[in-house]
Amino acid sequence: MATLDVHHHIDTHDHDDHGHEHHHGNFWTTYIFSEDHKVIAKQFLLTGMAWALIGGVLSVLFRLQLGFPEANLSWLKPILGGWLTAEGKIDPEFYLALVTMHGTIMVFFVLTAGLSGTFSNFLIPLQIGARDMASGFMNMLSYWFFFLSSVIMFISLFISTGPAAGGWVIYPPLSALPQAIPGSGLGMTLWLVSMALFIVSSLLGSINYITTVINMRTVGMSFAKLPLTIWAFFLTAVIGILSFPVLFAAALLLIFDRSFGTSFYLSDIYIGGEALPNQGGSPILFQHLFWFLGHPEVYIVLLPALGITSEIIATNSRKPIFGYKAMVGSMLGIAILSFVVWAHHMFVTGMNPFLGSVFTLLTLIIAVPSAVKIFNYVTTLWKGNIRFTPAMLFSIGLVSFFLTGGITGLFLGNSAVDIQLHDTYFVVAHFHLVMGSASFFGMMAGVYHWFPKMFGRMMDEKLGYLHFWLTFIGVYLVFFPMHYIGIAGFPRRYYSWTAFETFSGFADLNMLVSIAAIITLAAQFVFLFNFIYHIFRGKLAPANPWNSTTLEWTTPRLPGHGNWPGEIPTVYRWPYDYSKPGSKEDFIPQHIPYSETPESNLPHENDQIKLDLGGAGVGGHKH
Amino acid sequence: MNEAVDFKIVEAPAKPISMNPKKFGMWLFIASVMMLFMSLTSAYIVRQAEGNWLYFELPTLFMISCGVIIASSVSMQLGYWAAKKDQFNKVKNYVAVTTVLGFVFLALQYLGWKDMISNSIYLVGNPSGSFIYILTGLHGLHIMSAIVYLLIVLNSAAKLKISSSNMTQMEMCTTYWHFLGLLWLYLFVFLTLLR
Repeated sequence: MATLDVHHHIDTHDHDDHGHEHHHGNFWTTYIFSEDHKVIAKQFLLTGMAWALIGGVLSVLFRLQLGFPEANLSWLKPILGGWLTAEGKIDPEFYLALVTMHGTIMVFFVLTAGLSGTFSNFLIPLQIGARDMASGFMNMLSYWFFFLSSVIMFISLFISTGPAAGGWVIYPPLSALPQAIPGSGLGMTLWLVSMALFIVSSLLGSINYITTVINMRTVGMSFAKLPLTIWAFFLTAVIGILSFPVLFAAALLLIFDRSFGTSFYLSDIYIGGEALPNQGGSPILFQHLFWFLGHPEVYIVLLPALGITSEIIATNSRKPIFGYKAMVGSMLGIAILSFVVWAHHMFVTGMNPFLGSVFTLLTLIIAVPSAVKIFNYVTTLWKGNIRFTPAMLFSIGLVSFFLTGGITGLFLGNSAVDIQLHDTYFVVAHFHLVMGSASFFGMMAGVYHWFPKMFGRMMDEKLGYLHFWLTFIGVYLVFFPMHYIGIAGFPRRYYSWTAFETFSGFADLNMLVSIAAIITLAAQFVFLFNFIYHIFRGKLAPANPWNSTTLEWTTPRLPGHGNWPGEIPTVYRWPYDYSKPGSKEDFIPQHIPYSETPESNLPHENDQIKLDLGGAGVGGHKH
Repeated sequence: MNEAVDFKIVEAPAKPISMNPKKFGMWLFIASVMMLFMSLTSAYIVRQAEGNWLYFELPTLFMISCGVIIASSVSMQLGYWAAKKDQFNKVKNYVAVTTVLGFVFLALQYLGWKDMISNSIYLVGNPSGSFIYILTGLHGLHIMSAIVYLLIVLNSAAKLKISSSNMTQMEMCTTYWHFLGLLWLYLFVFLTLLR
């Protein structure tokens, strides 16, 4: 018994203190293998930005082909090399690879890892009042799995058979058979390995986010006092935990089909007149599994952006968010509904029409919580004392895209209408607006808004405005015409239109789209300059540049590992006390007790103080 | 804590309820593993409904492995209770027994595979057989991870680091082991009913 190693239960207060013991590591532990959530967030952000640039360049490459089918692109020889044909056009097989990689990179690497990874990591501990994530080590692991996955996906861009080319949805049999297209060889294998690692990274991250939000909140931070950002990140992580394992299962079976000869997805296939041995598989099975992840994935991408927007719109309207509970409820509704609508991606797979109408109904119900959110954003802006910071502009841009893109969702969600519009540019326009651009704008809004907290300096507002207007107009110029192209029946993923007389009419519109795409990409370099230059040369940021109420602005300009040098602030009020009648300032931070603001307290808030005064011993059992 | 401080606090915000983050994380991990198997068994149902499905008997050995996994869960639970009562030797023994039973389970699964192979049910072939290899194989991999965990716990138990006041590791390992046991029972019942 003498050697017994007894650990006492670690009280949360002991926990609070150890935060500021261990920092000041060397370069490697501080910037590379860091367990500090803020450093990991920046790692996710920078990797995500690198991917966004690659994904954007890929899209401009295939837009060149679509907008200028006759152009000679041999000036791109130094970059594309063998992927240009003798006439200086993009190789058709490589065109498919470009589309596939653009989708994969943007959906997973930029808008999942780059968005959730950055802001969940950065904001969860800072806004709930925690020293760090529940497990810093797992958090670090999450980034490095993502990094490894990125490296593998990046390598696949340069192999001689090209990267995966079966579309980002990798439907078998196209993706299962190396004989089908060159991209389904090594490129597809690397894609699957990379995505398996990505799923591990995402699960590690999500487990950490949920655990932290539920168990590490500071004193007083009840769920009803959580900023909407945290609600959004929390629900996103829940969706991730429930849906990414399903993608893993789908990918696992595909790996077995590809490499071990099983027939989960393959049956009755003839190649060059010869039958493959695979019998009894079902390619539809893959679609079910894929879209069971694939649809929730849309909300994994979108919800964090919506959360960020709620925060920024309330702060910069100087008004409490309209309908806090409705916002939480609608996010919860969206999260639950996201799991029961997957088959609306599969209306034309020969599905039972009755089942089709069930999925139509469920899909259209999502419009309700989405409309509640838009309504609440607009009513928050209504009669607000609006400050148009770049972050605010991007947030309003998000609301605009969410509306215009969401409305076309009502058309596509109808199984009858979808038969006409399925796999046309209408679909491309729809999801690029509602999920792609909206989430991207949410991410940009987040970067502009929390840049002062991340790097302790300010970004340039004028460059921010330029970036916003070019991107906002550019995005609409790219995606609005696509609706018409889609209604006219142009299918996605086609290499060229010039071969069909029917489609020659839209050549000019396609050219406009391509030019707008190039301008939009060019506008991102304004942002990159603004971002990188001001990390080093920006004006020093004040502690609370936006006069915001949430806890992250109570930390020093550059918080160390542990976030608060002293005690963690206690939370007394909800995060949206902006322009409270009677208050001296137009914002009251969450850590200010009601007893210090008698001039602005509402009757029920005053009652709360009195009640606590009455029981003097009450303070005793809060520990 | 300090009484003087308490008097100044006029509002006493409640400390949010929370549990040990590690234990909580384990439950979330279990949720994601459950989703993995749920999706695979759903895939099984969907695929089976499409016809062209090969019928064959499950190896009887799988029934024995059910018994083994239940026995291992019992010994794990006994170990857990022993740890709560600070019976250090018992903890060691029970965790060791659980580990051995875990290996026996894996051996039985392997023999079950051999059984299927001798009946000409291979990984490559009709999906009805492939699914069983995938499901049992994936479950086996998780059992292996749990055995590694058991060995870590055994090591801590040998160093007398597990006691009534230091139960986190033991508790998490017990939870995981019970979960994998239940998961196997679920898979067995599922595969028996949906042939």
